[in-house]
Amino acid sequence: MQAGIVMFPGTNRERDMALALQRATGRKPAILWHRDTELPAGTDLVVLPGGFSYGDYLRCGAMAAQSPIMRAIHEFAGRGGHVLGVCNGFQMLAEAGLLPGALLRNASLRFLSMDCHMRVERTDTAYTGRFQRGQIFRSTMAHGDGNYFADEATLDRLEGEGLVALRYTTADGQVTEAANLNGSARNIAGILSPNLRVLGLMPHPENQVDPLIDGTDGLPLFESLAEALATA
Amino acid sequence: MKAKVVVMPKAGVLDPQGKAIGHALAGLGFEGVGEVRAGKVIELELAETDPVKAKAEAEAMARKLLANTVIESFSVSLD
Repeated sequence: MQAGIVMFPGTNRERDMALALQRATGRKPAILWHRDTELPAGTDLVVLPGGFSYGDYLRCGAMAAQSPIMRAIHEFAGRGGHVLGVCNGFQMLAEAGLLPGALLRNASLRFLSMDCHMRVERTDTAYTGRFQRGQIFRSTMAHGDGNYFADEATLDRLEGEGLVALRYTTADGQVTEAANLNGSARNIAGILSPNLRVLGLMPHPENQVDPLIDGTDGLPLFESLAEALATA
Repeated sequence: MKAKVVVMPKAGVLDPQGKAIGHALAGLGFEGVGEVRAGKVIELELAETDPVKAKAEAEAMARKLLANTVIESFSVSLD
């Protein structure tokens, strides 16, 4: 699998993402620049990593969503390419219209830098094949604007079409208000595009890929991708 | 020509910032304050001199970038 990680001014999680992908695939991802107008030939996965692109000016991800490379990413996604957005990357995907809804200020108004737990809602996707259905895994959140919002009709459609990929839960798997740290609608932590190839999530599974550093709870996501997008 | 774009959270969209400001005002002893909503104002200096065209231009900018119409509404006025 050849992955490309896009850097914007203010991106700061590209290295962790690169390490996670390399660990799972054995292959170094390409680092792409926001001014690029084309993706390298043979790209299987585009990753929009976390950070504070453009200083979060106007709205988180709003400026990045208008940058030159986003046009190429739109085309890539339109051709059925896989695009993963984590944290600020999820905000960009929503701002760019590649995923529905928006990420609002956390309901508590606080920047949240803490552990969270998520339930895997389906395993028949390139991102979740190595998880068990309903598996609870621990990850880290580090964001001020992760409160997922969409109108009721959109939320119903997401639920009806099975496009909610991940939901915030307690450590023992209960979907409660207390587990919903940022106030997201219906405890939504991550959503998929209708073709299941674009995934946006707020927490950072790339933080948990090394047994020596905070465990490997997030590793199955990257191993799933490596398996699903393996090229001969 | 100057245009002013006011961007506000849509009705029904949680506005924790407005809520916090409301709490702070109550804490300061200001009474009788109902709902508080916080938005933003963006001023644009436009080369266009025709007011109808200038307004349409500013509205296009608001739809494309200045507001996220999933969560925000906007209004444009000219100076």
